[in-house]
Amino acid sequence: MSFISYLINGISLGSVYAIIALGYTMVYGIAKMLNFAHGDIIMVGSYVIFCLMSGTGMSPLVSVILSIVCCTALGITVEAIAYRPLRGAASPLAVLITAIGVSYFLQNTALLIFGANTKQFTSVIKMEPIQLFSGQVTVTGETLVTIVCCLIIMIVLLTFINKTKAGQAMLAVSEDQGAAKLMGINVNGTISLTFAIGSGLAAIAGMLLCSSYPSLTPYTGSMPGIKAFVAAVFGGIGSIPGAFVGGIILGIIEIMSKAYISSQLSDAIVFMVLIIVLLVKPTGLMGKKIQEKV
Amino acid sequence: MSMLEIKDLEVYYGVIKAIKGVSFSVEEGEVIALIGANGAGKTTILHTITGLLTPASGSVLFNGNDITKTSAHKIVRMGMAHVPEGRRVFANLSVLQNLKLGAYTRTDRAEIEKNLDMVFSRFPRLKERQNQISGTLSGGEQQMLAMGRALMSNPRILLMDEPSMGLSPIFVNEIFDIINAVKADGTTVLLVEQNAKKALSIADRGYVLETGNIVLTGKADELLNNEDIKKAYLGE
Repeated sequence: MSFISYLINGISLGSVYAIIALGYTMVYGIAKMLNFAHGDIIMVGSYVIFCLMSGTGMSPLVSVILSIVCCTALGITVEAIAYRPLRGAASPLAVLITAIGVSYFLQNTALLIFGANTKQFTSVIKMEPIQLFSGQVTVTGETLVTIVCCLIIMIVLLTFINKTKAGQAMLAVSEDQGAAKLMGINVNGTISLTFAIGSGLAAIAGMLLCSSYPSLTPYTGSMPGIKAFVAAVFGGIGSIPGAFVGGIILGIIEIMSKAYISSQLSDAIVFMVLIIVLLVKPTGLMGKKIQEKV
Repeated sequence: MSMLEIKDLEVYYGVIKAIKGVSFSVEEGEVIALIGANGAGKTTILHTITGLLTPASGSVLFNGNDITKTSAHKIVRMGMAHVPEGRRVFANLSVLQNLKLGAYTRTDRAEIEKNLDMVFSRFPRLKERQNQISGTLSGGEQQMLAMGRALMSNPRILLMDEPSMGLSPIFVNEIFDIINAVKADGTTVLLVEQNAKKALSIADRGYVLETGNIVLTGKADELLNNEDIKKAYLGE
């Protein structure tokens, strides 16, 4: 029975990774850059919720919505100020290093405002735990809401990309920016939209993460950010279903390693699995590359 | 007023001057052939017209509007479509998705459907393969898709960059038949080609480009019979 409860916890943690990984993978697929500041957007979103709820006593729902709005705006601003001027720079390293810089900037700004002390995050999810198998397995409200959120996000995102014009424009930009311009697609606008969606998802991920693991510091986002990056690469970076599958598998591996092998070694095991997958299938689980005919 | 007027265009790649003061014009309803060898600057000129490149000096007028500094995606809305060199279809998307992206700037669904039927009747093979992933089409089919996609924006002028490149003779003939049909529908065409003979045979007028300069211009049939052109470009 404990196996099932580990599995559910793994899927729940994996769902958070998947939501973060979706942001990574979309930005990579469309803007062709690794946004290493993505994890820190999670932290900013969590602080926004923390401040609104404990500072002004706002309701959880309103706080979460405002946090999504703030993160979306932050994502668009960071892209416009820090990344857009470097698009077309001679080396792709320029924008990568800038992203690391933005990451430190966000962490240190949070450090300056909130200090290094851990803040106690109050869960925004008010749901009673559910008993399964006549009480042998307990699933918390947080766990359940996280999994459901991830599924909904996944379905909405895939529908958006496949059924709307803006979604199709994203696919076009991800393949060939020049050709996309020739279709009349505003490439800068499409990239902004991608950052907006990715950052909004980061805010949701922050809310879910801090509800399950309620300690908030300026570095809260950094490790989940890196794990989600691993999940995105694991699933095949650039692929949306890949980020989802990669995230869930990573979450399960992490919880299972903690439960059955060693909690200290769990991160090492996660990275080892990544290395093995990349050795066997360098494009990740669902990464694909269609051979273009000339 | 010419439909498209290029004045004293100069374009640089870094410090290299690729286009050295080129001027030419395209009248409504014409097919203009821009011919020249590899590296003469044909593609650079097209990219500058559609806004993918910005010139150092000179201007591009489209229906009298200065579009020299207008961004590429806005120029498409003004009625200019560009079939780029090497087709550049969205290889991971289906044929139908590619065609719908061609109509990205338009909102009238009924008109888009009508346009799609027109493209399908012109390219029956695209209709047969509408759900196929574009990257798996043959080169000739991809060229057809690139042309169909450009026509989906219902352009007033169609810019085509080396549509015959790398295609088998049967496909080349088919592509040129379609260019003729597009012209017959009243769409203006600016055609860039290395296959000078084919291009001049369907064009009204032609310009010959050599290392960034226009060296010769005239009616297409005059150019076809010009001794220098015959030697340099027609292999006679």
